Amino acid sequence: MTDVTLTTQINGRPQTATIAPRLSLAEFLRDGLGLTGTKLSCEMQVCGACTVLVDGLPVSSCNYLAADVDGREVLTIEGLATGPELHPIQKAFIDKFAMQCGYCTPGFVMMTKALLDEVADPSTDEIADHFEANICRCTGYQPIVAAVREAASLIREDR
Amino acid sequence: MKGVSAGNAVPRVDARDKVTGAARFAIDFSTAGMLHGKVVRSTRAHATIRAISKDAALAVPGVAAVVTGSDLEGLFPRFGHVVADHPILALGRVRYFGEPVALVIGTSPHAAADGGEKVEISYDDLPTVMTPHEAMADGAPLLHDEEYAQGDRSFAEARSERKLSNLAHEAILGWGDVDSAFQEAAVVVESQVHFPMLYAYAMEPYNAVAAFDDGTLEIVSTAQHPFQVRDDLARVFGLPLNRVRVRSPLLGGGYGSKSYTKVEPLAAVGAWATGQPVRVALDVEESILTTRADSATIDVRTGLDKEGRILARDFDILFNTGAYVDNGSLVLAKAVHRCMGPYRIPNLRVRGRAFYTNTVPSSSYRGFGAPQGTFAGETNLDRAADKLGLDPAEVRRRNLVRPGERHLPGKRGMDADLIADLDIVVEKLGWGQESPPGRGIGFACSASDAGAFPVSTATVRLLADGSVMVLTGSTEMGQGSRTALAQIAATELGIDLDRVRVVQSDTFGTPYERTTGASRTTTLTGLAVQRACREALRQLEEIGAELMECRIEEVKTAEGVVAGPDREIGFDVAVQDWFGGRQGEVVGHGVVRRAGELEELPPFWEIGMVGVDVSVDRDSGRVTVEHLVTVGDVGYAINPALVEGQDLGAATQGLGMALYEQLIYDGPQLVNPNIVEYRVPRMVDMPSQIDCVIVERSDGVGPYGAKGGGEGSLNPVAAAVTSAVARAIGIWPDRLPLTPEAVWELMNKREESDGDEVTDA
Repeated sequence: MTDVTLTTQINGRPQTATIAPRLSLAEFLRDGLGLTGTKLSCEMQVCGACTVLVDGLPVSSCNYLAADVDGREVLTIEGLATGPELHPIQKAFIDKFAMQCGYCTPGFVMMTKALLDEVADPSTDEIADHFEANICRCTGYQPIVAAVREAASLIREDR
Repeated sequence: MKGVSAGNAVPRVDARDKVTGAARFAIDFSTAGMLHGKVVRSTRAHATIRAISKDAALAVPGVAAVVTGSDLEGLFPRFGHVVADHPILALGRVRYFGEPVALVIGTSPHAAADGGEKVEISYDDLPTVMTPHEAMADGAPLLHDEEYAQGDRSFAEARSERKLSNLAHEAILGWGDVDSAFQEAAVVVESQVHFPMLYAYAMEPYNAVAAFDDGTLEIVSTAQHPFQVRDDLARVFGLPLNRVRVRSPLLGGGYGSKSYTKVEPLAAVGAWATGQPVRVALDVEESILTTRADSATIDVRTGLDKEGRILARDFDILFNTGAYVDNGSLVLAKAVHRCMGPYRIPNLRVRGRAFYTNTVPSSSYRGFGAPQGTFAGETNLDRAADKLGLDPAEVRRRNLVRPGERHLPGKRGMDADLIADLDIVVEKLGWGQESPPGRGIGFACSASDAGAFPVSTATVRLLADGSVMVLTGSTEMGQGSRTALAQIAATELGIDLDRVRVVQSDTFGTPYERTTGASRTTTLTGLAVQRACREALRQLEEIGAELMECRIEEVKTAEGVVAGPDREIGFDVAVQDWFGGRQGEVVGHGVVRRAGELEELPPFWEIGMVGVDVSVDRDSGRVTVEHLVTVGDVGYAINPALVEGQDLGAATQGLGMALYEQLIYDGPQLVNPNIVEYRVPRMVDMPSQIDCVIVERSDGVGPYGAKGGGEGSLNPVAAAVTSAVARAIGIWPDRLPLTPEAVWELMNKREESDGDEVTDA
């Protein structure tokens, strides 16, 4: 198959690339652009480690074709903080010890962004529902729930 | 605050990198000219290889080479730290479905994968053995019919004389006269349990990049124990240890599953065959086909007097250890030492046997034999308490060893107050009050001979600007060692935590560390760091005496300052003035070995003391954990938040093995080697109430009385959940996991039997 050309915005920067049509978004980000913060694990859309936002909505970049971000905006973990100051979600994850090995963390952080963009003050049940397709093998989740709530509160205070 | 870092829940030093995507794992490393290896795996459980044809694969665009076992001429083609029985690539024969047979190397992962589909392998099938019972049967086909090189004497407990049979390892422990004691017992309670095959699911799958550079093999990989991998690779390539560099960056989870050698030899033979750097990165299914945890069938008998004092225990443990030993023999030896619990047992007999089968090789997984043994032993003790009409908490109090008392002859006395720990659990759970229908409380305990063989070294470098580097061969896989070790160094040196940087796990750059496992890092590496700091301070005192022209006894070092009788100078000034100019450094080295207070093994007992309150849905059989209690008996918590994180994380993995997880063989192959059908705990499964209690009695051998954690709170969880479910539904489960279907079937069985008592399944 012939290569395809795509034009997209990655973390606010315009990007044009010619890629193999079967390249996944995760491969494009990691191998093509060196944005290795996005992680691959199950590659079956159940673990959430590879979550990035496309036009503000969370997708599993393992099973999403890079060609499909043509004309769209992609936000990855590297683009969340816009300056040296961390995003409130990142601060909350640090503060609540919401990571251990950290391999799932980019996915959880990006899913948190998607949640808090929609719901300002999610309940514990809403949080658990939202993270149905994110796995953390280290923490037992409680610190992540605490971080999401803390992040929600930090963002509300900012407003 | 200077010098008070230890004991505080300071933020993780690696947290910022982990929330920004800057944290680098092995999979994030790449090298110029790097090729990609795809492993072609056996589609037979047991067969001889008739022929392998590479031609079609080599014709695929982008394929650079195809390597098979017969290409390894001139190398030592196997690995294994206890028994070198594990071929890098199959050597004329495959012993399990999924075993690596060929490595296709391509210019991209896609090219290698396309090539992999074109490798043609023909087999002649051999009869299989899939279970220990098949493996031990008369006339069973032999998996291994040759002798292999044995590991060194520090693995003595995992070694045994090999006869030509499928018995991979046998371990025996015991004393007294068990049979006579059973005769005198008021009750003898007998039970059999089955523990499934498990997969640790560290989220970063196994991967490694290998390259040869100037006669040196350089590896970056997901190895928990880079020094052990180095030793295996040195043997494969006939290289001295100073020509093999293994680096482990941050690990995306480990839990024991990344201990010892995995994919590193595959990447290395790829680099050896092509002369270029080669990455081998497995996916989750391939990782499951690389290592699992042992399944077990365990028979237990316990004889007690009518007051509930244990008179004798008898355990017969069968492990299905898979096609190769890896670390399975050590896991078996640990199960044998852990199954009986930390009780005063006058007569004991434990026999453990691990059998080779045509299944995925099993190796370490968090808990290391303790979850299997504790599941058997603790549920059996609860059944015994039932039979005697006694409170199971009281039965435990009557049998638990007291601080200092030895429950295994020749081993370290108990360095914990187990009864006090138990009382915390039963009090938090409200044990003793009537549970509502469909609810049940369970609790269980374990003591693991943890810490492994005590060998650790560490180096502390005080640099000319007053900043400090701590070098250690231990790996950071999420447990927080980078933070805890920095806290120990900051405390010892009396400086701010942000002046300390911990550099880890590089066999060329950091000093020797045996392993990162057995919950040993805070205790043993921590001691090495503490000793290294003290050695550096001693040198600073000498320097201070020379610079200030006084006696060394007059010099004190505290809070980053070298103080003499007349004046004081900072560590930075001391280094600069002694060397002359803004240069130089003071280097302290710390060594931990089996001597002094660490002569006695184990270095410490790792305690597991947990309880749960569960509810069981009558209609679906679904078990919900309403309340979880863990006790982290860690002596001294260098960082309490890290201890709580380890305890909850460990207990959550325990809930996974109790309720959801099992790898299933149907015939010669696994039916669920993926994370859809192998279900691990999700956020929705979190208990609604969680108490992670830390107790600190400064009774460990580590810094400030610390001892290890991280496995303890997993080990008894399956037992506690099983007893809780039994009390909720009135029938004893005999196998895990307690899925809705399994529990629903038990409840129906219970209704059919219509008995009043809690009965056997």
